[in-house]
Amino acid sequence: MPKRQDIHKILVIGSGPIIISQAAEFDYSGSQACLALKAEGYEVVLVNSNPATIMTDPEIADQVYIEPLTLEFVSRVIRKERPDAILPTVGGQTGLNLAKQLAEAGVLKDFNIELLGTSLHSINQAEDREQFKELMQKLGEPVPKSQTVTTVKQAQAFSEKIGFPVIIRPAYTLGGTGGGIAENMTELTKIAENGLDLSPITQVLIEQSIAGFKEIEFEVMRDRNDNTMVVCSMENFDPVGIHTGDSIVYAPVQTLSDREYQMLRDVSLKLISALKIEGGCNVQLALDPHSYQYYIIEVNPRVSRSSALASKATGYPIAKLAAEIAVGLTLDEIKNPVTQTTFAAFEPALDYVVCKIPRWPFDKFNHADRLLGTQMKATGEVMAIGRNIEEATQKAVRSLEIGENLMGSPALTKLTEQQLTERLVHARDDLLFCVMEALRRQWSVAEIHELTKIDEFFLDKLSHILEIEGFLQQQSNNLATLKLAKQNGFTDVIIGKAWDQTADEIRKLRQVNQIWPVYKMVDTCAAEFESHTPYFYSTYETENESQPSEQPTVMVIGAGPIRIGQGIEFDYATVHCVQTLKAAGYRAIIMNNNPETVSTDFSISDKLYFEPLTLEDVLNVVDLEKPLGVIVQFGGQTAINLAKPLADHGVKILGTAVADVNRAEDRDQFNQIIEELKIPQPLGDTATTNDEALIIGRKIGYPLLVRPSYVLGGWAMEIVHNDEELNHYMHAAIEVSHEHPVLLDRYLVGKECEVDAICDGETVVIPGIMEHIERAGIHSGDSMAVYPPQTLSPAVINQIEQATIQLAHALNCFGLMNVQFVIHHEQAYVIEVNPRASRTVPFLSKTTKIPMTQLATQVIMGEKLAQLGYQTGIQAPSKLVHVKAPIFSFSKLNQVDSLLGPEMKSTGEVMGSDCSFEKALYKAFEASGVHLPAHGNILMTVRDAEKPQATELARQLVQLGFNLFATEGTAQYLSERGVLVKQRVEKLSANSPQIARLLTEQKIQLVVNTVDDNMESVNDDTKIRALAISHEILVLTSLDTLSAVVTMLQSQAYLIQAI
Amino acid sequence: MIKKRYLVLADGGIYEGTAFGGEVNCIGELVFNTGMTGYQESITDQSYNGEILMFTYPLIGNYGINFDDDESVTPRTAGVVVHELARKVSNWRSQMNLDEFLKQHHIPGIAGIDTRELTKIVRVQGTMKAALVNTLEQAQAFLQSDVKKTSPDLVTQSTTQNAYPNPNSGKRIVVIDFGLKHSILRELAQRQCNVTVLPATATAQQVLNYQPDGVLLSNGPGDPKDVPTALAMIRTVEKTVPLFGICLGHQLFALANGADTYKMKFGHRGFNHPVREIATNRIDFTAQNHGYAVDAASVQQTDLLVTHQEINDQTIEGLRHKKYPAFSVQFHPDAAPGPHDASYLFDEFLDNIESFQRQRRISTHA
Repeated sequence: MPKRQDIHKILVIGSGPIIISQAAEFDYSGSQACLALKAEGYEVVLVNSNPATIMTDPEIADQVYIEPLTLEFVSRVIRKERPDAILPTVGGQTGLNLAKQLAEAGVLKDFNIELLGTSLHSINQAEDREQFKELMQKLGEPVPKSQTVTTVKQAQAFSEKIGFPVIIRPAYTLGGTGGGIAENMTELTKIAENGLDLSPITQVLIEQSIAGFKEIEFEVMRDRNDNTMVVCSMENFDPVGIHTGDSIVYAPVQTLSDREYQMLRDVSLKLISALKIEGGCNVQLALDPHSYQYYIIEVNPRVSRSSALASKATGYPIAKLAAEIAVGLTLDEIKNPVTQTTFAAFEPALDYVVCKIPRWPFDKFNHADRLLGTQMKATGEVMAIGRNIEEATQKAVRSLEIGENLMGSPALTKLTEQQLTERLVHARDDLLFCVMEALRRQWSVAEIHELTKIDEFFLDKLSHILEIEGFLQQQSNNLATLKLAKQNGFTDVIIGKAWDQTADEIRKLRQVNQIWPVYKMVDTCAAEFESHTPYFYSTYETENESQPSEQPTVMVIGAGPIRIGQGIEFDYATVHCVQTLKAAGYRAIIMNNNPETVSTDFSISDKLYFEPLTLEDVLNVVDLEKPLGVIVQFGGQTAINLAKPLADHGVKILGTAVADVNRAEDRDQFNQIIEELKIPQPLGDTATTNDEALIIGRKIGYPLLVRPSYVLGGWAMEIVHNDEELNHYMHAAIEVSHEHPVLLDRYLVGKECEVDAICDGETVVIPGIMEHIERAGIHSGDSMAVYPPQTLSPAVINQIEQATIQLAHALNCFGLMNVQFVIHHEQAYVIEVNPRASRTVPFLSKTTKIPMTQLATQVIMGEKLAQLGYQTGIQAPSKLVHVKAPIFSFSKLNQVDSLLGPEMKSTGEVMGSDCSFEKALYKAFEASGVHLPAHGNILMTVRDAEKPQATELARQLVQLGFNLFATEGTAQYLSERGVLVKQRVEKLSANSPQIARLLTEQKIQLVVNTVDDNMESVNDDTKIRALAISHEILVLTSLDTLSAVVTMLQSQAYLIQAI
Repeated sequence: MIKKRYLVLADGGIYEGTAFGGEVNCIGELVFNTGMTGYQESITDQSYNGEILMFTYPLIGNYGINFDDDESVTPRTAGVVVHELARKVSNWRSQMNLDEFLKQHHIPGIAGIDTRELTKIVRVQGTMKAALVNTLEQAQAFLQSDVKKTSPDLVTQSTTQNAYPNPNSGKRIVVIDFGLKHSILRELAQRQCNVTVLPATATAQQVLNYQPDGVLLSNGPGDPKDVPTALAMIRTVEKTVPLFGICLGHQLFALANGADTYKMKFGHRGFNHPVREIATNRIDFTAQNHGYAVDAASVQQTDLLVTHQEINDQTIEGLRHKKYPAFSVQFHPDAAPGPHDASYLFDEFLDNIESFQRQRRISTHA
């Protein structure tokens, strides 16, 4: 059926900022969908609040709006653009929710707009618990039995009816507090009593437990002719009970016979047909490992994280096809973009195994609750492809960049038997490594299965890895063993360790004996049809399919999995770099391992290597492709860390030279440059021992900013105020050594600013200055920021400009560079220089309209900025004001403190742009999901040092019509200064339920909480913040942010005054 | 103890791997199957008689072998080629592992082969003769033998020697066994058909003696032109009884009605083949296993109508007789292994019988 002619203009809704459970996968799917619709000749309007995306590039749609994804602002876009239809299925849950809101508010009807892909009815059927249950009953498909109860008696009666075990889920408690699994009546009675007690509405859900079932997923597609098909099947390593986003996943399914597979395939297709989805859909199923009994867990009537994974796992671009189907095309008339010889109506056949492992943020949040359950906690994921499970799994593990492999973790060897048992029963993020530890202790596969319910098939694969490790230890320098180890994913480093040799020596041994990886193509059809997909993975087999080319080739290293501190911004830069290289006539190769992103879409580069980003893996590709050089400055710390080892192996690093990168990152060398240039910087020094640190501390003076050298996103960075704190930091927080020195800097109180610059050795282009709203001390990634700067004096701007130019020249920077400043008493001090693309590149590129990555890439390849029309210095500022606001995922992570500091905690960002600072600020807050009321109650608890500043702000808030609630000390201080405090509240530590009740009952609209230094208060404050966040109340931990809020509220307020 | 084994291709290529399964040598046509599950059903499918079956999916044997999923009693697949044979079997229905099963049936297997490389060779050069042997000398001996020769009596080996019933209470269906997959019987049984299975050599008279309500021509191995005796039977039976042909049965139906068949380069073996029903535009994903196909041009001169086509290469996938209540499909509506999308065709067959009988009642009573 041909595409629809009755619609012309389509609005695509993006997914907004990156948060846990809604990440880069929607940039990938959204961009694909927009481009597909454009290619079909439709006019595409895009709205998304996240500037750090490829999706919001001007080329992706005909009109791109970076506006808050709220009913108010999307309605405004609709009124302006008058689209004929909306595609809501590529913007995650945000897209679907907005579509629902637009429909319910009557906007769709008023403007006669059609929803494409999924009807409102289908969205409700899939999303609403009761409607979903009803639909499943109608279709005769089983869902776990469940019932809401309000008394213990009801709980007992229902449990008796459905049989044990049952899950008890109290309604509206934080992170499922008070819930649990009951194996019998006694346990049920106990848990239900407690759960009902804890639930503010005295309600718990009793649900049949299917924990331990196999978790199977199908990615299915359907067109308007009701043609349906499966794109990919996936099997979770972890059984039902752990969110699939937090599960290790293999594709295709591994332990199902054809009979079971086809049974679940039939069900999945039946569901997508019943929901009448035109596009893609994700079906999650639970299968009893001992019978044909299955249950439907969930259906997502849209593209999802799993569909992005399935797309990368098979090569089949689900989002692109979903968009084409949404406008009426059918599967049998769309060409398969992979083979280009067959049609899209084709169920991909894999001839490899895919392994996905989530990337969790617990390396940064070491106090967080690491237990896995139904709430997803991972920020990103890696995928690896191999010809067997061992290979794919080991490749995925090393792609995580967490410093772990499957050869044993020192920390786990210390666990007692009982502790290890506990870890296996209650899975945490390190379950895989705990399983390895158990195998290493010779616990049997059957025993481990009993504890974890992980299928013995997978456990045996892990024990195979252990066996091979044993061979390695017994058979030094045995070539057959070497080959076996390589075929099963062992790295040269691991083999070298077993053989007491360096990785380079093993590499040499392989070289001499011709043990090389070959590269195989991902082609959707298991080689049945000829195809030309430029998409490859390595394995140790016979035939190599990846052919190098005579054409000048450049390799670009991606940024790996999304983690806090290294987000989607680096994928944005990677993609732009590759596009620029292609336009300049180079053959551009991407190496990356993140299945969520745009960069791993094989149509972006000339060739994609889906591989781990370790030295060995990169060198192997370099050996084959013999590129002119490798570009590392766009892939974050992952790529930049490879610069030196690659250079040491004779690989040419394009852009800023490795020696110059080191000069910027090595403290002593950098100090020397700064001193020569006479650029002011906070006093600082490097310590390699604890004693040295204390001496330096006293010399420079407190407060001090301390951190380990070579860090990512401010990991383990702290502000210390005295010897005692410094001592504690040195002992408790980090392990200092000569290889890992600690940096100590004088902490200057002042405004923070940052610039990105592009340099070619002559010209230094500074697109603009970003002024942070919070003062120095809060990580730049967690600060709100505004461009162009609002409060900097011309003198300071000039200092920033000059310092940046001088540094760019002194560091021989070729490409991008980021410099951070603190402004202290009208003087700009340099606090950090990063000779690479930074997090702010997409924001500044979009707001200044200077294509920074493109320019940097052109410079790297030898072009001159002057010839491209640019001159040295800060470029003319934009007329609009743009505010960047960080987005956090605290509500997903128990026991992570929302207090901001020098360590980065945000997962994403949004942008608000308008003609004034206040309006831009309002949009940024709205886009963050923070709707500030014009009146209401504010709870303030402020530390002593900040009370004077807080008083002024409090006064203004009262004038604006807000009621103040404050804790004892704060209230006292404010009242004494004539600020009306409506109610004094007792501290939590006073054992009073007052604050808790106010927050739980949502009587408070905003919490302002700045931290005092004594431990009791810290504890108290942490609890207040956690409570507020769990009730979705905005918490501000910096008076600077509050000041911005007040400014914004004032601009919206009207004078209400009697004459 | 790991034992070496060699896969030898007629083009001279010799590939070393490790032995499993039966400890005999074998010769056959090397073909590949792209299914990611269903190795048990495939290996026991008589249509693989005389073929060395290579799986493109690299991990084979994961869920073992059970007693429920066989497609015939005595598998005649010549040999099995895999990338990796599962070390550990994991499935609640598993009764033995693939290695034991192949040993039981004296079918040799080879593991450790770059099956993707081999698949591409077959794709480019076409299906070719190959052997699984235990020594390099045997490999040379194979290459020096007359490797082109194909066996013309595959159907004779695969068919039943004697007629047998599969009793039930519904329509009387005679199934002609050219290498019958059990799943065809399963589908008929699900529809309460009272089935009698006859050998491939059954004559029209023998068939009609059962006074069947319908006749089903089963799948089977090899070249349809090696089964000329069936054509006369089909020509007679189709005139009086509704007929349904599957796979080899489809090709024989075409030949009987004057169309021609040809050998495909590497055939269709897998179960992700999209097939369009021309009349409705309906698309089904179908299980397929055939190395021969009906020639499109040759159909034009006949009383046959093309009803189904493969979307990608336009292979004829279904035919219907313009005058008689007879139709056939190239793919396997009986699935196993593979999707159930096309199982509705068994219902159509029974509907055909129903309406044919209604019409006959009307015409005899008129």
